[in-house]
Amino acid sequence: MNKALTAASVTLMSGILAAPFAMAAETVQVDGSSTVFPITEAVAEEFQKEMKGDIRVTVGVSGTGGGFKKFCNGETAATGASRPIKKEEAELCKQNGIEFIELPVSMDALTVVIHPDNDWATTMTVEELKKVWEPEAQGKITNWNQIRSSFPDKPLRLYGAGTDSGTYDYFTAAIVGKEHSSRGDFTASEDDNVLVQGVANDPSAMGFFGLAYYEENKDKLDAVAISWKGKEAVLPSVETAGNGSYQPLSRPIFMYASKNKMQSEPHSMKFMEYYLNEDKSADLVEEVGYVPMSSESYQAALRTLRELEVGTAFTGSEIGVNVVELLSRDKHY
Amino acid sequence: MATLNQTISDAQGHASLVRRNKNQDILIAGLGMLILVIAISTLLAMFLDLFITGLPRLQDPDFYMSFPSRKAEQAGILSAWVGTILVMIVTAAISIPLGVAAGVYLEEYAGSNWMTDLIEINVTNLAGVPSIVYGLLALGLFIYAFGMSETVLVAGLVLSLLILPVIIVSTREAIRSIPEAYKEAAIGLGADQWQTTYAYILPAARPGIITGAIVGLSRAIGETAPIITIGALTYIAFLPNAPISGDFPFINFDWITSPFTVMPIQMFSWVSRPQAEFQINAAAAGVVLMVLTLMMNAIAIYIRYKVRHKD
Repeated sequence: MNKALTAASVTLMSGILAAPFAMAAETVQVDGSSTVFPITEAVAEEFQKEMKGDIRVTVGVSGTGGGFKKFCNGETAATGASRPIKKEEAELCKQNGIEFIELPVSMDALTVVIHPDNDWATTMTVEELKKVWEPEAQGKITNWNQIRSSFPDKPLRLYGAGTDSGTYDYFTAAIVGKEHSSRGDFTASEDDNVLVQGVANDPSAMGFFGLAYYEENKDKLDAVAISWKGKEAVLPSVETAGNGSYQPLSRPIFMYASKNKMQSEPHSMKFMEYYLNEDKSADLVEEVGYVPMSSESYQAALRTLRELEVGTAFTGSEIGVNVVELLSRDKHY
Repeated sequence: MATLNQTISDAQGHASLVRRNKNQDILIAGLGMLILVIAISTLLAMFLDLFITGLPRLQDPDFYMSFPSRKAEQAGILSAWVGTILVMIVTAAISIPLGVAAGVYLEEYAGSNWMTDLIEINVTNLAGVPSIVYGLLALGLFIYAFGMSETVLVAGLVLSLLILPVIIVSTREAIRSIPEAYKEAAIGLGADQWQTTYAYILPAARPGIITGAIVGLSRAIGETAPIITIGALTYIAFLPNAPISGDFPFINFDWITSPFTVMPIQMFSWVSRPQAEFQINAAAAGVVLMVLTLMMNAIAIYIRYKVRHKD
């Protein structure tokens, strides 16, 4: 009796100790940005339904930076990113022999929002926004009439994405002209719903966040039409972001796929192909509040994946990129 | 005559002193009551708010039996609550035996020298270390150094580390509160130290130890930061293998090495969604999490009650 127990417990123990190093088969492992997560979740849900449980997908949210760390460590098959890969991250991937394929998966439009009672600032130019958000404005630009003399004498209160987010990086690059550089005296939150509440309750507020949060709160917020380089002001919408006319604040968001895993794991390749299949994923993208890419973009991205074209098309932060043009560039790894 | 007057005025003095102290008692009791009411009503208000917001989903049986989804009204917490319960089982199985053993050792066996002092200071300080630090430790140690993957086991290990100090400290307090006479009587009857500890001290200290364990586990169940750090998932639409199967050897421990998600992560993911319907899901998940915690406390109270009535 005792012997049998001992034998049983030894078997159990060795099972426990050996197992952590094994991994369930046929699982696609994805991680990355919280901005890309809703799309990946939707695609994973439909993909698993279509595969009838033969392939499983898990999605983590470690953020763009944290996602790249795991990705370049060879832990994940693909990782979501709300900005292009950075030099250091590409370097890390190279060191570990992970070759990455850069794939735009959707468009996002950063939206500048105001309170519905604000009837004066319905259109603004990039220069005016720069005047508000640049570092020199800190403590100085505190009234709407400092932005444009025809604006009323009202205090200006600012809300914006947290400084760790890809959204903040892109906004500052597009508006201020220098990535990660802005005034510090604004209410920053990583939770966009907090920003929505802030602007919705403050008639003299201005804020910025992703289009999805504006679309869901249209009754409480107004969007500002933006004029760039003297062109006519454009309101953000699924249409204007998708056809590239809403500039400079529309940007692609990405998935980075590992060439190594795409070759060694057919199920991961299958998942990424599904992700870039316009018929399957364009509706899903729209359903979760993002902007689908153009048909040519989907085709170009799918080709890039199938041809296992490694490397990034970016050399630094860029604004107003065209997805098709981006994918046709020579990439460097 | 003079002494009589003296006595009377003394008595009056005492009476006024007693009256003053009594008033003070009433004041303190009233203040305590007020603070208690504020604390409880804050909790109740929060719970009620969550409950009312989450009610549409709480009534829906599918909410408990579905995986997450992009459609808020179809999304459920199945993978999250199963994950939370599995992680709590592993955490309890590791932290309670280890914590109680460490507490007993420090209180009953360890000599009083600088080593013991050092350990004591460390244990007490560890109880105040922010949980994210444990997450980073686990990431570096378990995942990078030992090469383990992001599994239920690793989550249980990191939460165990997090609550060990709580269990150790409360075990020691519980043991310290047992009258010395118990121990002396046992030793006087010829029991050695282990027999004394096992047969007298541990049973007498059990209510205190259980309370400590539950306080620890209640903290662990709501933790998000260390679990996110070690790489728990946000979207997972399958369950770990069942621990009991029809084939030999009938019991397996596959679930312990399975990827997982937990309730707080699921809640956090829903709170940050733009669609208002996801906020309802988040509120409902919050209610379920609180009920899970209360259930854990109820089990502890039941065990304590049982133990008391056996004696």
